[in-house]
Amino acid sequence: MDHMPENWGRPRNDVYGEYQSAIHNAGQGPQSRTQTPSITGTSVIAMKFDNGVMLAADNLGSYGSLARFTDQERLIKVGNETVVGISGDASDQQYIELLLERLLIEDNYPQDGHHLRAPHIYEYLSRVMYNRRSKIDPLWNAILVAGKNDDGSPFLGYVDLLGVTYSSPSIATGYGAYLAIPLMRKIVSEEADAKNVSEEQARKVIDECMKVLFYRDARSLDKYTVATVTLDGEVKMDKNVRCQNMNWRFAEGIRGYGTQKQ
Amino acid sequence: MTSIGTGYDLSNSVFSPDGRNFQVEYASKAVEADGTAIGIRCADGVVFAVEKIVSSKLLVPGANKKIQTIDRHVGVAYSGLTPDGRHLVDRGRSESYSWRGTYKVPISVPTLADRLSGYVQAYTCYSSVRPFGVSVIVGGVDDSGPHLYTIEPSGAFWGYMGAATGKGRQAAKSELEKLDLPNISARDAVKAAAKIIYVAHDDSKDKDFELEISWVSTSETGGLHQFVPKELLEEAERLAKADDDDEDDDDEMDED
Repeated sequence: MDHMPENWGRPRNDVYGEYQSAIHNAGQGPQSRTQTPSITGTSVIAMKFDNGVMLAADNLGSYGSLARFTDQERLIKVGNETVVGISGDASDQQYIELLLERLLIEDNYPQDGHHLRAPHIYEYLSRVMYNRRSKIDPLWNAILVAGKNDDGSPFLGYVDLLGVTYSSPSIATGYGAYLAIPLMRKIVSEEADAKNVSEEQARKVIDECMKVLFYRDARSLDKYTVATVTLDGEVKMDKNVRCQNMNWRFAEGIRGYGTQKQ
Repeated sequence: MTSIGTGYDLSNSVFSPDGRNFQVEYASKAVEADGTAIGIRCADGVVFAVEKIVSSKLLVPGANKKIQTIDRHVGVAYSGLTPDGRHLVDRGRSESYSWRGTYKVPISVPTLADRLSGYVQAYTCYSSVRPFGVSVIVGGVDDSGPHLYTIEPSGAFWGYMGAATGKGRQAAKSELEKLDLPNISARDAVKAAAKIIYVAHDDSKDKDFELEISWVSTSETGGLHQFVPKELLEEAERLAKADDDDEDDDDEMDED
C-alpha cells in the first residue's frame, strides 16, 4: 500500500515515468519587500536650546502627491521624557510605535524606578533600522529622537532607513535637511550655542522653519505639532499649530503650472 | 482524607473513584501554606496586597516580590510556590505581548484571565506535569472598567469584588465582606487592604513579613499598574498597625 496520497490514482511510474512533485514542494512565490513607501510624512525638524530640545512635524500623510490625511501625528511621546519624531512611511511608523510600546512595557516589568532614556531608545531604534536594512527590507523612515542624557543634558539623534546615525544640536529629516537646517544653524550651529538660546527663541526659529517648509515643500501642511522636552523632565505637546503671517501674493505671478493660459 | 494511600494520588490527571483529582488538591495545599494575598475591586480600579513571609533576616528587603506587572494595565498577586507564579506571569506577559502584536490594542482583563486559566488547566491533564502550586489574583482596568479574578490550581477562574488566597484567606475574606464593595475608593481600598493583611497575619506562626501593595486605578494611576507611593504605603501600614494593636489590647481586656 502506498501511503502517499499524491501517488493515488496516478499512472504507473514504470510505464509513464516519475510523478513531477515539484509543484507540491514549491514555496509561496517570491518573497516581497517594501520597495517604495506609500503613505508618507515629510520633514521632522528639531533643535536644542538652553533648557532642552524642541521638535516639529506637520500633520500630513501624503499618498504620492495627494494630501491624503491631514490629521497624522508624527511626534510620539515615548515614556515621560522622550519624544520620537518619524518621517517617511506611515505604516512603518505604526510598526515602530508598536515596537516602542512593547519596549516600554518590558521596561516597566521590574517596577524599580529606572526608565529608558532618550539615548537608550535611540540605540534600540538605530539597531532595529540597521538590522532591517541588512535584511534588504528597510523600515522606510527617517527618525529623530529627542530627550535627556543620563547626566541630564539634552539629547538629539538621527537614524534613517539605511541605519545611518548622527547627532547634532540641530537636525532635520527630508526636505528640512536642505531648508530648515541652515535656518536653525543660524542660532544653534555648535553644541555650545544651544546654551545661549532660550525656549522662546527656539520656538520662533522652529515656527519660521515650518513656514518656509510649507512655502517650498509640496508635500507639507500648514498644520503641525511642536513638542518641547525640557530638562526638568517635562514634555509639552503643542498640537494643531498653524503657520502665521504667510504671504502668497507671489503665487499670482507664477507661470508654467496649473490651468493658466499665458 | 481517607483516600490517601489508595494510589489515586500518585499520578496527575487521574480521578479517584469518588471523582477527585488529588494532585490538584495537593497543589491547593501548597497555596494554603503561603502568605496571604488579597485583591479588592474598587470604584475605578483594583488594589492588590500581599503578606510576604520573610524566611530569613539575610534576605535583601524588598526582594522576591509577589506582586508583578503583566501589562501596563494588569497586575497579579499570588500565594503559593513563587517560581510557579513567576512562570505564570511570564506566560501572561507573552499572551498580552502577542495580543498587542495581532490586534494593536491592549488585551482585556477577562480575556487574559481566561487564557491564563486555560494554561493552568492544561497542567491538570497530563501525567508528565504537575499542577501549578499557586492561586493567582489577576486584576486590572480596561475599556469596560475594573476587573478582578482568581485562578486556582485546577484552572477554575472566578470573578470577584474582593478576593483572598493563602494562609489567612478565611480571616481576610470575612474582613473583605465588611467593605463597601465595589464602591470603595482606590485610596480607601489601599488602607483597607493593609488592615486586612495585618488582621490575616498570624504572629504566632510567622514573625516577619513584608507588606506589598499595588494598584491600578483610572483616577490614581491613569490606568497603569504600579506599586503605591512610599508615603501612602507607610501611612496605610501605620494605620493598620495601630488598628491591630488596639484589637490585641481589647482581646487582653476581654480576658481580664
